Amino acid sequence: MKTRIREILKSTGKLPVDVATLADEADLYNAGLTSFGTVELMMALEEAFEVEFPDNMMNRRNFASVAAIENAIRTIQSEHV
Amino acid sequence: MTTLARLAEAGYQLTAEAPGASAEAQKAMIAKARKIAKLAAEHAGDVDARSRFPHEAFEALKRERLLGIMIPAAHGGEEASHATIAEICSVLAQACASTGMIYAMHQIKASSLVVHCNDDPWHASFMARIAREQLLLASATTEGGGVGGDLRSSICGVVREGDDFTLDKEGCLISYGAQADAILITSRRTPEAPPSDQVMSVLTKDQYTLERSAAWDTMGMRGTCSDNFTFSGRAPAEQIIPVSFAEIAAQSMLPNAHLLWASVWYGIAAEAVARAEGFVRSEARKRPGSTPPSALRLAELLARLQQFKALVVAGLDRYERARGDADELSSMGFVVAMNSIKVVASQSVGEIVMQAFLICGIQGYRNDSPASLARLMRDALSAPIMINNDRILGNTSNLLAVYKHDPSLSR
Repeated sequence: MKTRIREILKSTGKLPVDVATLADEADLYNAGLTSFGTVELMMALEEAFEVEFPDNMMNRRNFASVAAIENAIRTIQSEHV
Repeated sequence: MTTLARLAEAGYQLTAEAPGASAEAQKAMIAKARKIAKLAAEHAGDVDARSRFPHEAFEALKRERLLGIMIPAAHGGEEASHATIAEICSVLAQACASTGMIYAMHQIKASSLVVHCNDDPWHASFMARIAREQLLLASATTEGGGVGGDLRSSICGVVREGDDFTLDKEGCLISYGAQADAILITSRRTPEAPPSDQVMSVLTKDQYTLERSAAWDTMGMRGTCSDNFTFSGRAPAEQIIPVSFAEIAAQSMLPNAHLLWASVWYGIAAEAVARAEGFVRSEARKRPGSTPPSALRLAELLARLQQFKALVVAGLDRYERARGDADELSSMGFVVAMNSIKVVASQSVGEIVMQAFLICGIQGYRNDSPASLARLMRDALSAPIMINNDRILGNTSNLLAVYKHDPSLSR
């Protein structure tokens, strides 16, 4: 899943740095992720993983790193089995 | 992380009793503000006519020690609640909107220190100074050269020189810049950094010079003295706030600015309604036994004011509950809620004053009657353009490709 998240991040996150250089736990906001970039990223993630982020998960922490995104998606998927 | 959140994480039971000033102490602060509001009301006409700083009210606010009340008790302040501070903004604005707005802007600056700087030695000691010396804080977040009111973009950058830094900013609008004791100013992290990679620094009056490039001569809010200046300062690098301005803008400025501005605007609206009530009462006394026709409009207006009050009170309540919860403060729902409060409150104030005109008629339109609404209307018209509502709605609209609102009616 992380590979897929990284691909999406690369194509939609508009990061000024190469996504491949970032560790799973690296802070994406420090790497230049903007709030508008976050929206684009969320849209692409919802589409790719066929999930919808509920209101209470749309916060900074859930999109702060590749690992955090994976964790958030897994949480949603486990709640909708 | 705030002290509260850290305590909660460490497993401490938080009691229902809020930390900070006691309820009686906060009532006493509001009572003091009411006395100062009487003084502000006496001078409001002159402040407006001459577009001058309301110095009588601010000397009194310093004397009564109401400038440091947001500062945590650990740093020598009173640690008043946001509800108390909002009430003081409204009480002052009922007498003189400029006084209320300056007080609100000062507290918005204080909030950035309170939220982000508790663990930073220089800023913690500066908070103690604010409380001790009752310093008035101003803000320099705008800039000339096309940046204008986009506070998330800077041209100038911090230049490091040994342990110090220098900062020169051109054409920035600084409300009461000439009267402030310290200025919180934004810039790029370095001159080479991108425009949005910003920091905020605190400089005290002895550390900068201001050269006025344009005077504040406006329709309303004339006492805020929001002149344009060229700022030139030098200070030790430890005075740069350690967290990024992106975080400050989102987590302390956004909620505090929108809620405290809304409180000021509520104060203007409440005063317009009070004048309309006075007018209806005097009409009723002239013809005992019959209800004046304007009373119907007043009944409608009271409902509108109640709606406005509910908006602000619910917003304050939401912020109080979100404090210390970084997830909630950074959530889309919270951002949308705060943006919406600003937009609705800034529209409501103008609409309410406008409706009060229908009640007061020519007495409201006159400058010299007790029911005059002229200054209130001019002050109210600043609200939708103080951070233009279109800019705010634009920011909200950027989120709507993914955002879903919470339909629940419970808190």
